[in-house]
Amino acid sequence: MKKLILMLSLLVPLAVLANEDAALQHAPINPNNQASLQRGAKVFVNYCLNCHSAAYMRYNRLADIGLTEAQIKANLLFAAEKVGEPMTVAMNKKDAKDWFGVPPPDLSVEARARGADWLYTYLRGFYRDDTRPTGWNNTVFDKVGMPHILWQLQGQQILKVEEKLDAHGEKAEMHTLVLDKPGLLSPAEYDGVVADLVNYLVFMGEPAKNQRLHLGLIVLLFLGLFYVIAFYLKKEFWKDVH
Amino acid sequence: MANQQVNQGKRRFLIAATTAVGGAAAVAVAVPFVISMMPSERAKAAGAPVEQDISKIEPGSMITVEWRGKPVWIVSLTPEMASLLAKHNDKLSDPMLDVVTQQPDYCKNTTRSIRPNLVVMVGICTHLGCSPSPKLQAGSDMGADWPGGFYCPCHGSKFDLTGRVFKGSPAPINLEVPRYKYLSDTLLLIGQDDKGVA
Amino acid sequence: MEKYLTGLLGWIDERFPLTANWKAHLSEYYAPKNFNFWYYFGSLAMLVLVLQIVTGIFLTMHYKPDAELAFASVEYIMRDVSWGWLIRYMHSTGSSMFFVVVYLHMLRGMLYGSYRNPRELLWLFGVGIFLCLMGEAFFGYLLPWGQMSYWGAQVIINLFTSIPFIGPDISLWVRGDYTVSDATLNRFFAFHVAALPLVLLGLVAAHIIALHEVGSNNPDGVEIKKLKDPKTHIPLDGIPFHPYYTVKDIVGVAVFLIVFSAILFFAPEMGGYFLEANNFIPADSLKTPPHIAPVWYFTPYYSILRAVPPILNSQFPGVAAMGLSVMVFALLPWLDRSPVKSIRYRGNQYKVWLALFVISFLVLGYLGTEPTNVWGQFSGSWAEHLDIKERATWAARLFTLVYFLFFVLMPWYSKIDKTKPVPERVTG
Repeated sequence: MKKLILMLSLLVPLAVLANEDAALQHAPINPNNQASLQRGAKVFVNYCLNCHSAAYMRYNRLADIGLTEAQIKANLLFAAEKVGEPMTVAMNKKDAKDWFGVPPPDLSVEARARGADWLYTYLRGFYRDDTRPTGWNNTVFDKVGMPHILWQLQGQQILKVEEKLDAHGEKAEMHTLVLDKPGLLSPAEYDGVVADLVNYLVFMGEPAKNQRLHLGLIVLLFLGLFYVIAFYLKKEFWKDVH
Repeated sequence: MANQQVNQGKRRFLIAATTAVGGAAAVAVAVPFVISMMPSERAKAAGAPVEQDISKIEPGSMITVEWRGKPVWIVSLTPEMASLLAKHNDKLSDPMLDVVTQQPDYCKNTTRSIRPNLVVMVGICTHLGCSPSPKLQAGSDMGADWPGGFYCPCHGSKFDLTGRVFKGSPAPINLEVPRYKYLSDTLLLIGQDDKGVA
Repeated sequence: MEKYLTGLLGWIDERFPLTANWKAHLSEYYAPKNFNFWYYFGSLAMLVLVLQIVTGIFLTMHYKPDAELAFASVEYIMRDVSWGWLIRYMHSTGSSMFFVVVYLHMLRGMLYGSYRNPRELLWLFGVGIFLCLMGEAFFGYLLPWGQMSYWGAQVIINLFTSIPFIGPDISLWVRGDYTVSDATLNRFFAFHVAALPLVLLGLVAAHIIALHEVGSNNPDGVEIKKLKDPKTHIPLDGIPFHPYYTVKDIVGVAVFLIVFSAILFFAPEMGGYFLEANNFIPADSLKTPPHIAPVWYFTPYYSILRAVPPILNSQFPGVAAMGLSVMVFALLPWLDRSPVKSIRYRGNQYKVWLALFVISFLVLGYLGTEPTNVWGQFSGSWAEHLDIKERATWAARLFTLVYFLFFVLMPWYSKIDKTKPVPERVTG
């Protein structure tokens, strides 16, 4: 057993060496903030749900983030008739492919595929690039097919490329995003909107997550009790052997 | 092996405790598995209450609406039809609607309906689940004393216009009246009433 | 009440050997009294097997083995089916934990020489179970029909292509199409839920029957059947499996379930090792994800595959090495020539080799999850010249060599190794 632990500990430095993630910004999200989730749901329905479906997500599941059926019906139900329906879009796949090069992916589990930080960085990382058919490019998704849907809110960023000396004294290209034309929101407000949206996308990726964490605690406590009883049972019987 | 006295009482207690806690755990794990076989959110969404415009139904005729994959009949009674209903009570198995599961409280009346001229019921025979055929007009091919109603082609069960079963039918009880309510003068919601969803 | 129960038992026993079986396998099956930590994993493997079968049956009620519907049906289970998420996570966590438990169970066999005479057949049934499990894992992994499912299956099936002459036809036959498709998914489903579970259950039954025929080994590698009480004919170092090991295994089950639940409820993805991020993207036959690797429990073998360079433009040597790395376990009973069974009485040679083997297995496993250039590249003109650029590939080659040498050299080092005297009776 000790040997095994020793071997495992040998592996730890190797695992650290292997970590070479690109610089993603940390998404400041809080899955317990229902107000943020509700704002995110609204942004999602208003901006994303025109092209992207979330076909595995039913509108009435929004009850999990504290919305009533009446609220869902009044504020969020544009593309469907009943709250039990999934979040589908009318756009057909072939048209979508003609317009964007690739059909916009379904976003139900996008947060589980990409991770919150990637989504947060992506949604803040659009910049003007006139060589692209849509006029937009992205720092974490080069040659992205999607135009910057939130540009009116964020404004227009451009990518500044400078040559600088890095820590080792070697020349390196530094990429910085600069806000060229301001949008309707201040940068801080825009980041807040994006965080809400990402928060919602993460919730939508696994709506049962809160229930899972909650139940997990109860299960572990119960198993702890079971362990204690089983331990004393074993100890009592093994008096015969020892 | 054991030199000291075995404490049988302690052992029995520990076995009982382990069995109880382990058994509770097993039952607690079994519950989600059993519940997973109940209708899913998709089935519930597909079986959601159905809205129906009733302004176009001619008196003396009926329409069929699908709710949860079952036919729901909406029958518009003419005054003559309604007047005949009370005259054949002696031929019915349950004329006074004593089997309470077959209609909501608010439909426990002579026409088994909220509005006396509009009967709503699930068109599934209570015998073995066939859908009876409408024979709305009195007499006709059903014989001279037929007051109008429904006839099940599978095993010959007969029901009157409000879905009450005639004596001698293989069907034991009246047709089911689902929960429903009026959203407006002309709009009916099937599958939901003020107490909730069916 | 008790009178009636005894009566009922008598009635059954006249028609079915219920009491006889209870005695033979539990209350009068004598197991060595010195089992330690390593002896929990057999019963735990049984527990996980039951868990996988039960959760699998319930998943089958909602899953659709259809390329158009499969991905959606998994999300349907995760969202629309009541408690579907719990059942699915139990199954996905269970599959990884199955391998954790089985690997530890196998290592136990290697530590204490449990494969040695008279337990060769018992060991072979075990190897059969292991192969069957790998098949189950491979077929089952395609079912969610995500990108990793799809490309994992694509790569593994294409390995068959490298078999000389008949390879391409075999791949075509396994897929039933020119690429991994609906036909492949449908047959993998059949194998995963019907064919292999039947074989697995048969092998598990054979494994247990063989075990109870020869009796359990123990950490001292002493045959407890050699020394019996002259009156009762019960092994002096044996204790009835029930109640002693049933109550002990219950403690093991409790600890295991705590670990299992901690993963299931708080980290079901296990940082991408149990459920991979790319598998949340539906299968796309036109686009391979940038980095694909098998699930962690296959990565040691996958590393071996990548470590062996193509010879004469053929990938076959790598494929053969990978196959061999799994099959070679079956030869252990005949490779080991040591006069003792347990590592407690073996000399340093075996201990060092076993340690090297375990390290190799773990490092190969780690390397299999990473791209081949994970540790960067050798630099300098000599590296260019010798065409040895990737450090990780060379590390994998070294550890692959160690992995195989452990087996190949075993007949020699196990024989010449200095051993300690084995006691007559079990210790501790």
